[in-house]
Amino acid sequence: MSDSPDSTKVPIAVRVWRGTPAGGAFEAFEVPQQSSQTILDVVTWIQRHLDASLSYRFACRVGMCGSCAMMVNGIPRWTCRTHVNKVMRDNRLTIEPLRNLPVIKDLACDMSEFFDKWKDSKGYFQGSTTRHESVSTLSPNSPQRRVADAATECINCAICYASCDVVNWNRDYLGPAALNRAWSLQNDERDSASRERLSLVAGDAGCHQCHSQQGCATYCPNELNPTASIAGLKRMVARAYVRGNIDRDGRKRNA
Amino acid sequence: MCVATLIAMGVNAMLEVRLYLAQRASAAIMAPLVLIHLGVMIYAIQGGIDAAEILERTRGSLFWGVNYGLFVVAVSVHASIGLRNILREWLAVRGTSLSLISWIFFAGLLTAGLRAVAAVVIA
Repeated sequence: MSDSPDSTKVPIAVRVWRGTPAGGAFEAFEVPQQSSQTILDVVTWIQRHLDASLSYRFACRVGMCGSCAMMVNGIPRWTCRTHVNKVMRDNRLTIEPLRNLPVIKDLACDMSEFFDKWKDSKGYFQGSTTRHESVSTLSPNSPQRRVADAATECINCAICYASCDVVNWNRDYLGPAALNRAWSLQNDERDSASRERLSLVAGDAGCHQCHSQQGCATYCPNELNPTASIAGLKRMVARAYVRGNIDRDGRKRNA
Repeated sequence: MCVATLIAMGVNAMLEVRLYLAQRASAAIMAPLVLIHLGVMIYAIQGGIDAAEILERTRGSLFWGVNYGLFVVAVSVHASIGLRNILREWLAVRGTSLSLISWIFFAGLLTAGLRAVAAVVIA
């Protein structure tokens, strides 16, 4: 963060949501403009110079860790890679915790449900070989590998989860990130849990709930397309169902 | 359909897949039928049209009976699945109530639609 405020520019009028699960409200701050200033710089400046009790979350500051996502002027963004001059309107910024996740304090959300849903949809690799067998050879050009690769660069920032109206309507919905991960694994030819994973994403909180509104694809900072991944899962599940290749006891989330 | 069957359907994890397939299959059936309906309507209305002329074409016609009968079945399936989604997402209706309302809506549409088809086809 640059520590050289530009005194020739009008300070930014920043509204920051402050509060706990019990409730909260917006608090106004004035932050000096700086060159190449990011939204994370603004939040950090407030904490260092105006109110040390402001809670927020960040780690890498270079768009790799997925920790610092917040709502900025109503849109979910990775704040460390979002420049103030690209998103500021009339010299104003409104910064809130991510939508669709419970707040812990101020701008820090509880990400538990987001990651629990990755586990619920078996969003992890399950191999079938041991160290005594040779390493698999994968062609990076095979159609299946290309599909898997297109969905792998997720940084777990939950921006897609915050932008998803289906999550907002149905709190049990697995969400774009978990389903995108499942799709990537379903196309990994080394993975051996395909059948089980397919039944998990086919339940009443799974891929068929997606309305293809594409909020996730619009706001994904890594320009992934979870909507396309979910559409792929829908086709895969439908084919498996017709051919009888799916377990019928997939986990049910909605009572 | 008895209540026990409805409840059993409610807890079947594959229900979503079946509904997904049923909604797409019913859409695929409706699309050409709508085109046939619109095409004939545009053709028939050229010289003006009245109820007697319509009934003359439809009364005793196996083709129009099957055409509109199939359309009514497809609409009933398609619309009741769509309504089911809306009830779940917007009004948080779940479980047996969700299945019951959807089935009642399906039965209502089917009954009203088939009665209408019978009225214009059966002489």
